This record gives sequence, structure tokens and C-alpha cells, in this order.
Amino acid sequence: MGFSWKTYLKRYWTLYLLLLLPVAFFLIFRYYPMAYVLLGFKKNNILIPPWQVEWAKNNGFQWFIRAFSDKSFINALKNTIFLNLLDLFIGMPMPIIMALLLNELAFPKYKRITQTVLYLPHFLSWVIISSITLRLFGTHDGIINKLLGTEFPFISTEGTWRGTYIFLGIWKECGWNTIIYLAALTGINPELYEAAEVDGATRLQKIWHVTLPGIRSTIIVLLIMNLGHILGSEFDRPFTLSNKLVQGASKTISIFVYERGIQGQQYSLSTAVGLFQSVVCVIFLLLSNSLAKRFGERGVW
Amino acid sequence: MIKSRKTRTGDLIIAGICFLLMLLCLLPMVHVLASSLSSADALVRNDVFIWPKGWNIEAYKTVLTTEKYVRSLGWTAILTVICTLLSISLTIMAAYPLTYTNLKGGRFINFIILFTMYFSAGTIPYYLLLSRLGMLNTPYALIFPNCIGVFNVIIMRSFFFGVPDSLKEAAEIDGAGPIRVLIRVYLPLSLPVIATLSLFYAVGRWNGFSDALMYLKSSDSEKYWPIQLLLYNVIKNSTQTTEQAAQEGFFDNGVSKTIQMATVMFATVPILLVYPWLQRYFVAGVTIGAVKG
Repeated sequence: MGFSWKTYLKRYWTLYLLLLLPVAFFLIFRYYPMAYVLLGFKKNNILIPPWQVEWAKNNGFQWFIRAFSDKSFINALKNTIFLNLLDLFIGMPMPIIMALLLNELAFPKYKRITQTVLYLPHFLSWVIISSITLRLFGTHDGIINKLLGTEFPFISTEGTWRGTYIFLGIWKECGWNTIIYLAALTGINPELYEAAEVDGATRLQKIWHVTLPGIRSTIIVLLIMNLGHILGSEFDRPFTLSNKLVQGASKTISIFVYERGIQGQQYSLSTAVGLFQSVVCVIFLLLSNSLAKRFGERGVW
Repeated sequence: MIKSRKTRTGDLIIAGICFLLMLLCLLPMVHVLASSLSSADALVRNDVFIWPKGWNIEAYKTVLTTEKYVRSLGWTAILTVICTLLSISLTIMAAYPLTYTNLKGGRFINFIILFTMYFSAGTIPYYLLLSRLGMLNTPYALIFPNCIGVFNVIIMRSFFFGVPDSLKEAAEIDGAGPIRVLIRVYLPLSLPVIATLSLFYAVGRWNGFSDALMYLKSSDSEKYWPIQLLLYNVIKNSTQTTEQAAQEGFFDNGVSKTIQMATVMFATVPILLVYPWLQRYFVAGVTIGAVKG
């Protein structure tokens, strides 16, 4: 009732002024590209704006049909899902274990040093890690094979490459991912430990009955976020770690899009693939979030 | 008595495991450092592990006197500074107004920003947009498309929310407008998080690779290659020649390998010098991001 736009704006116009540039960024660089998503349903033509291009065949779904009958796309889809599942089941428990370990570490100063060192790999780029990997894991000229006196093909057969890929992912992010769990651990009520001690619980029993339940909801939230990204695919990691011998295992959707779209100029096809990926991601995120809520957890939102 | 001795052995075992984990993180970098300081012959013979063989700094001299390396390193440094300043400013500009919960349209703008975290148009639409804006093969393609991280906006906003309202009200009673409140009250109290987010932005730009690979394709844009893309191409070309050499029964001359390792050091050390100092701040930042995300 007593609200007047004039006094309101006079007081707060600077806030809108501040928002101007950030909002412009999101409109131009995040929302405007969404118009180009149309290209996934249109003929391959980028000389005119996508809304003026003619529709593709099969009611516009030509490129989606083409993608799903394309062997190398199906292969990329399989690789993406397979590598992400491996990351989920092997990679996700590691930071939890490491956080429990750090939590049990009795010497505070030593703990701080350990954490600093374990965060280090997170700050290296995949280009750097891949160049180190070549030196370390080469079949004939890698230092590890030299030290062990073997010629194990860490990066030159598809099966072993997958293992190395997962290991390197854990190596890079495991320490960093402990941050969240360690923060959750500080929220556990110390009285619970004291009570457990009175009951004569051993160290392992305390971890099992007090610590783990204490970080349960954090674990579930992170599990949801990871499930939501099951079809998501980072680019740098598979692209830089890949080599000629393992392309059957290393080509993920992001690399397929790069090769077909940016290198091969098949814009419509690769836009369609990217759109498929984004939509599935959103669906998975919604599904896993509602699943978490059904189990009585807070979920991500 | 017995009990305390038991816990002690347990503690030592855990400390030992942590020591091994630290070695696992550090040894690869030590190996790179040792390789970069070794002679080419020693590398070819694969003699170097964690201590340089045939000590020399030729590789570093070569990198520092080769124009394309020096140019790329300098350019990456400049680019990182520009992008970090721009990103952190924009992040503050996005986060601060949204802490005014009664701001008209604030919820809508908040939604617009958060939505992009869940749905994105994909690689090709971004590429086509940049081509339409004429940014392909220019430095702008490395500066603008990713200059705001939604996650960082959330972290920033959460920190601002943590500033007591009474401070803001006191400043407003003294007649300060929103901008004055931001500069006088919020920014000084948020220096730790500003430093942390700046680190995240700086690391992101310094390590950024795929945008350069995709957007700087023409041969005359080679002068804008950041160090990661240069390093990638150096390594890729040398492994291809190594493969060929191996097929033809020759061995790689090894000189290039010490240079590669020196380049890796150059591309890594600036970050390694910074992050430990900001560690106690970024723990809080990451935690907020995860909880609110």
C-alpha cells in the first residue's frame, strides 16, 4: 500500500546497476546459446540464424535417429556410462575412507601437512597429469615398469587404460573431495563418542556406529549429484589421457561432439547429441533427488 | 595402561598410511622435477627416479630462451590476472544484490542464474555463438564465455549472508547506500572468501585447456595459446614422433623430454606456490558450496 516504486528505485537502483553485467553475461553466454539448440532439429546450416533454417527430415528428429544408428556414437555412449559407473563405484568410497583416516589421525600439525599435500593433485591440470602419466606409465619407457622390471601395458590396452584412467581420477580428486566429508565430521556431537567409549566401543566400532552414520546425509547428497552426472562427460580428462591404441575405450560423448562438431562441422548432429546429453542429465538429477527424498534425506534442493 | 599403548600403535599405523599417501601425491612431481634437471642421456637410459642424474639446467635455459614458450607463459600470466579480476568482480556484483531478500525480481534473477547449473546448451551452441560474436580465434574467447562460475556466486552469497544484519543496518542509518555498505562493510569482512574464489578462478584459467583447443583453431591465433595448450601440443607431437621412431627402430633423442618436463614445472609451480597459503579459507568455501548446491 505504502509502496512506491519511486522511493524504492531511488534507494535500490544501484543494486540493479550491479546486476546489469552479470545478468547480461548469463543472457548472452548461457541463454542465447539455448536458441542454437534448435539446430539439433534443423538442417545443417549455420550461415543463417537457426530459427530461419529448414526443419530436418523425420519431423526434425533426423539427427537423433542418425546418432543412435551411428556405431561410434553408441560406443561413445557406452564408454561414457561405463567410465562414469567405474568412477562412481570405485572413486566415490575413496574420499570417504581417506576422510575417516584423516579424522583418526592424532597429530594435529601432521594432519594439516597431510591435507595440504593431498590437495596438491587437485590443482594440476589434466594436460600436466597426462604428460606425467606418459613418463610414469609408459609400457617400454615408463619409470614404473623400469623400477618393477616389467612391461605392463598401463596405458596401451583398452582394459588396463580404463584402470589407469580411474586411478588417475582418484589420484587427482580424492584428497580434495575429503574436504566436504571432513567438514561434515566436525559436526558430529562429541558426546556420542564419549557415550560409545563408556560402552567400551573399539576404534572401529566407533567409526562404524558413530562416525559413518554422522556423515550419512552428506554421502547421500554427493551420491545423488554423482548419479545425476552419470551421462555427463568431462572433456579434458579422457581427451588428454587418450592415445591411438585405446580409442575404443576412451572416446566419450564430449570427444564425439568435439570431433564431429568442431572438427567435422557436423553442427546439427553434434548439437542433437549434446542436447540429448543435457536432457538426460536433468532427468537423472530430478529422479535421484526425488529418490533421496523418498528415503527421508534432504536431497540437493 | 594397556589401552593407551594400543591406541598409540593404532595412531602410528594411521600416521604411516598417511605418510605413504603423501608420497603417492608427491613422488610424481619430484620425478618430474628430477627429470627436468637431468641430462638427456640419463632420461633416455631411464636412470632418473627422484634424484637428477647428470645435473644441468639446460632444459630451463632452452624454455626461457625459446620465444614461443616465453610468450605463452607471459600471456597466460596476463590472461590469468585479467580473468581473475573480471570474474571476481562479476561474482561480487551478482552475489551482493541477491543478499537483499526483498529485492524486486531478485528471486527471478536468482533462478536464472541457478538454472544454468542444471541445464546447458552444450559445446556446439557455445561454439556457434562465439563464431557469431566474432570471438573465435581471439583472446575474448578465453576471457568471456566462462567468466562467472555459478557455484562461486553461491559461495559468495552465502558468505555475504553470514555478515550480521546489524552491521548493515548501522551503516544504513548513517546514510550509506547499498554500494557504500558493500565497500565499507561487506568486502572487508569477506576478504578470505574473495581470496579463495580468486584462487579458484585463477587456477581455472591457468589450467584452462579445452576452450583454447576448441576456440583458437586458426594458425594466426597460435600467439594466444595458453601454456596448457602449448604443452599439450608439444607432448602430443613428441609422442607421435616417438611412436614413429620406435616403429623405425630409433630412439627418441631425449632432449625434448627434459624440455617437456621443464615446461610441466613452469606450468605447475605458480599454483603450487599459492594454494597452501589459502587452504584454511577454501575448506569453508567448498563446504558452503556443497551444502547449498
